[in-house]
Amino acid sequence: MRLIASIQKRLAPAFTLDVVLSLEPGFTMLFGASGSGKTTLLRALAGLLTPDSGSITIGQRVVFSVVPPINLPAAARDVGFVFQHLALFPHMSVADNIGYGLGDAEPGLRRQRVRAIADSFQIGHVLTRRPQDVSGGERQRAALARSLVLDPTLLLLDEPLAALDHATQSRIIDDLRAWNASHGIPILYVTHAHREVFALGERVLVMDRGRIVADGSPSDVMDAPGREPIAQIVGFENLFAATIVDRRPDAGTMLCRLAQMGTELEVPLAHTKNDSSVRLAIRAGDILLATDKPHGLSARNVLGGTLAAIRREGPTVVADVDARDRFVVHVTPSAVDGLGLVAGMPVWLIIKTYSCRVVSA
Amino acid sequence: MDWTAIGLSLELAAIAAGVLLILGLPVAYWIAFSERRWKFLVEAFVSLPLVLPPTVLGFYVLVALGSRSPIGRAWTAWTGHGLAFTFEALVIASVLYSFPFAVQPIAAAFSQIDPTLLEASATLGASRWRTFFRIVLPLSLEGIVAGAVLSFAHTLGEFGVVLMVGGNLPGVTRTVSISIYDDVQAMRLGTANQTALALLIFSFAVLASVYALLRKPWSVGPIA
Repeated sequence: MRLIASIQKRLAPAFTLDVVLSLEPGFTMLFGASGSGKTTLLRALAGLLTPDSGSITIGQRVVFSVVPPINLPAAARDVGFVFQHLALFPHMSVADNIGYGLGDAEPGLRRQRVRAIADSFQIGHVLTRRPQDVSGGERQRAALARSLVLDPTLLLLDEPLAALDHATQSRIIDDLRAWNASHGIPILYVTHAHREVFALGERVLVMDRGRIVADGSPSDVMDAPGREPIAQIVGFENLFAATIVDRRPDAGTMLCRLAQMGTELEVPLAHTKNDSSVRLAIRAGDILLATDKPHGLSARNVLGGTLAAIRREGPTVVADVDARDRFVVHVTPSAVDGLGLVAGMPVWLIIKTYSCRVVSA
Repeated sequence: MDWTAIGLSLELAAIAAGVLLILGLPVAYWIAFSERRWKFLVEAFVSLPLVLPPTVLGFYVLVALGSRSPIGRAWTAWTGHGLAFTFEALVIASVLYSFPFAVQPIAAAFSQIDPTLLEASATLGASRWRTFFRIVLPLSLEGIVAGAVLSFAHTLGEFGVVLMVGGNLPGVTRTVSISIYDDVQAMRLGTANQTALALLIFSFAVLASVYALLRKPWSVGPIA
């Protein structure tokens, strides 16, 4: 089974979904910031939203096209959709939820199929309960089972596991992989979590402003973003315009001067098109922060500066550091306590050469 | 006590409530789920009986059902007698007059349903009908019962429209409220009091049993 789609849909004067994609059996991660069009793409594939133009073919079946005009309703597409908030029916038992799509089946057969899929997703013991009376992980499993019992030809998952702890998440994914080993359908998994892309995906599509801007293996796309929009999307908090002042081919490095305030950084050697201007991307989590001037480090870039601001964002603490240029640094709450970090104190930044990525402007 | 009038009123209210359920469900469904721009016009129209004096509504219904109107003529051709001042006319007028009382609670219940539940139903292969009967109806039962009871109670208590459309024919169009009015006019205060009290106790009993039944069997909406 394979999905081939080309979808254009204008949703607002400034936002058009414009996507061409082809999915093979197995997991494909769909990654992007919120508002990038991920859910909209899923809705168009499922038939919950009609594209302005394009075509969608699942396996041998055309489910949408403009010429000839074909637009199968969601109910006829055989596309499984697991919603972000699951959308389990609150007035039905888990068993009735799972069996909902088997409406026409003979009751005995229906019970049998519900039981089989529930067992393979390890929720056989909660079938008589209402969705609100089972655990979060069991609810996710019920929502998956409800879609999969219908043998869909394509499965769309809209951040269904975002609310779960990592261990539960990966157990559910393992069960889903096991199921798909015998079914072989494309599974499109929407996420905005970095970690999930690496943990789950064989392939990742990066979406930005309604378009797919990168496509490849997670390490190719997420770790070496060649273009700046992707660097921003995949979470490089520090982006600088810079000029190359010295190339050192023997060392495999080059020295760059940041355009704004002139801070110099040693970065990996990169080939640029006869142009000395580049852009540098550095993850906030890749920068070390010290309260005393460090000695004897392998890292080539040690910058003195002032801790300008410090604030908590969820489990991480974000520090803004003025080291001529402004850097964003992520530290842990325990580091803040251990080092006694407060705004206004002098700090040093340590940036490894290979933590700096050269991206084309 | 005017048992004939009480019986007539109950019959009228029950029939009107039944008709209102049948007509109100699709209208409420349309109001809750349609994305037409001119939906507000329909909503305003449905709510008209809430603000119009019963005499205005009654007047138009009387004109519409009268022997010179197309409806009145068609009715006469079909049944052999006129429509105005009959029980059937009362039913029609009551349905119109109580329409918002049926439609509004049902539409409110429909629109409180999480739309992703309906989308989920569609992606699971369910037709609109199946989605309606398996998801929409059970999740808005409360609003539907409220709509039925309110239209029943409202019809039971109507006065002006009945007087305009039905007149005051014992056993045909003389409902409880008119019977009480007649008794008061004729200074038969004791009889009026008995009928009024019976109506009051009955109405309270119906409303109380409905509210008792509707104590949140389950919550509506997504489960986070």
